[in-house]
Amino acid sequence: MSAGFLLRRLGHGIVVVLGVTIVVFIVTRMVGDPVRVMLPIDASDEQRQAFAHHLGLDRPLPAQFADFFAKLARFDFGESLWQRRPAIDIVLERLPATLELVLVGMALALLLAIPLGVIAALRPGRGWDRATVSLSLLGLSLPQFWLGLLLIILFAVEWGLLPTSGRGTPGHLILPALTLALPATGRLAMIARSSMIDELNQPYVQTAIAKGLPLRRVVGLHALRNAANPVLTLAGWELIRSLAGYAVVVETVFAWPGLGYVAIQAIQRQDLVLLQTVVFVVAIMVVAINLAMDLVYKAIDPRIQLE
Amino acid sequence: MAMTKSTAGTLAHAAPLHGRPHELFNALRGIARELRADKLGAFGTMILLVLVIVAIAAPALAPYDPAAQSLADRLLPPAWLAGGSPAHWLGTDHLGRDVLSRTIHGARVSLLVGVAVVALAGTFGTVLGLVAGYFGGRADTIIMRAVDIQVAFPALLLALIILTVVKPTPGTLVIVLAANGWMVYARLVRGVVLSSRQSLYVEAAEIVGCRPLRVIFRHVLPNLTSPLVTLATLEFARIVLAEAALSFLGLGVQPPATSWGLDVAAGKNYIFDAWWLVTVPGTAIALTVLSINLVASWIRIATDPRERQKRFARGAAVSEMGA
Repeated sequence: MSAGFLLRRLGHGIVVVLGVTIVVFIVTRMVGDPVRVMLPIDASDEQRQAFAHHLGLDRPLPAQFADFFAKLARFDFGESLWQRRPAIDIVLERLPATLELVLVGMALALLLAIPLGVIAALRPGRGWDRATVSLSLLGLSLPQFWLGLLLIILFAVEWGLLPTSGRGTPGHLILPALTLALPATGRLAMIARSSMIDELNQPYVQTAIAKGLPLRRVVGLHALRNAANPVLTLAGWELIRSLAGYAVVVETVFAWPGLGYVAIQAIQRQDLVLLQTVVFVVAIMVVAINLAMDLVYKAIDPRIQLE
Repeated sequence: MAMTKSTAGTLAHAAPLHGRPHELFNALRGIARELRADKLGAFGTMILLVLVIVAIAAPALAPYDPAAQSLADRLLPPAWLAGGSPAHWLGTDHLGRDVLSRTIHGARVSLLVGVAVVALAGTFGTVLGLVAGYFGGRADTIIMRAVDIQVAFPALLLALIILTVVKPTPGTLVIVLAANGWMVYARLVRGVVLSSRQSLYVEAAEIVGCRPLRVIFRHVLPNLTSPLVTLATLEFARIVLAEAALSFLGLGVQPPATSWGLDVAAGKNYIFDAWWLVTVPGTAIALTVLSINLVASWIRIATDPRERQKRFARGAAVSEMGA
């Protein structure tokens, strides 16, 4: 693959991060009033003005924007109002917990979904296939916050098998990871099934079977490899959506001390500085995952011309 | 397989009816036949119809005002449990509000937000997709670049930041969710337009001098009906979940209005002694989203011959091997 392609994708990623920056700037400075959001209702006018001055909000917008950008380029996101220390420090502290949850959850989803989908694809329309399709539809229809609460009620409150919330032992990880994984498993299993059925009807599979290759080898090696592309595309999507969305809900339900939970805590404490720092860090990770996905496609399917 | 051809045809042509009663009747019969062939699809359609009726008739159906508090009756369990009261079938919450009435009224917000977002994002995305696909050139480049960039946005986090700064009302909620959802329609529409533009009948229409708008609406748009309906249904399910999640996080529908997500959030502090508070509204969300998804899956199978094949025909190569 060419260096030109990489550079172009990198440029695209930078445009995305810039876009997020501009949206956040517009939303926080122009649409809303950050002073009103961050200060208590009974703050006096002098306090409001002093606070606005402290954040540089009393200066003209273009100057604010230039300043905002210059600081971002140096990774200076400002000080969290809630914890009175650099917001980026808090975010980096919470990052490992989120990565742990999201990676374990997605690994779990793939490990469950691929065998389910592949076995269903072997005999479409039969019992196992119908069961897989129905269960997948059910799984992807469950709201995660509710699924998490149900799991807590059953496994933690009723049966006392697992802790209700927090992070620490591997036991703490089971319920949040499962909650994060289940809807994704439903979607991935549907795609795995669908693209596997397509592959199994290709002439090369028929040829391989006619030649007498063992079925396990035909399915596992030939067909699965070719069916992998749509599954991986969706898996990348699921990873991004978990990181930039579902993790917020799941972490809130389980008080899992990650980025999503800190985002909600920042909202509750009206800490816009911390909230926007979370958004930037996640945006950068989303861009990085997108870039990595492009490279993985190329590795899996050499026909793809990365131009 | 004989019915495959005729019914798929009926459904695909169900859209442009011009007031001829027998055609409408035939189309409805085709749909009914499809539904009989797909039990789950029929189940989903039925539940969805009931939900729509419940949402419209909520004030008449709900036994109580959903916001009426009665601290004397707080945390009553459902009627069939010990301590339950027949006056409150599904029990009461921590403020003594009737859970059944709240759940019935919650259907309104869910469906209304879902429909509004799908209509707004769908229209916007479809128009942009048509422009990008049909006119191409600079418009195409700009629109698709915007789509690419926005698809890579961390959508929910941006929604969080926007809803923190702007007061969350049903209106802002709809705008934020629609702003995050139009891209999928634009992509889909552009793709279908590009492929149908190369077909002979579109070329013929252009050669005989049809104006662009006529070509788009008369010749290109019908190709879009079935994929768009499927996509819109799936998006509807996604939006219902998103509204519930945002309300659960406290950034969606605000009290005193009712929403299923809001009720689950309120009930989560009582999971140790009042499980019904999260279970009832949660089940309502799950059932709604499940039936929408069942309907979407039925529409896709009924209108796309390739999907149909996956369900009925193949796997023969493998099963003959005695796998």
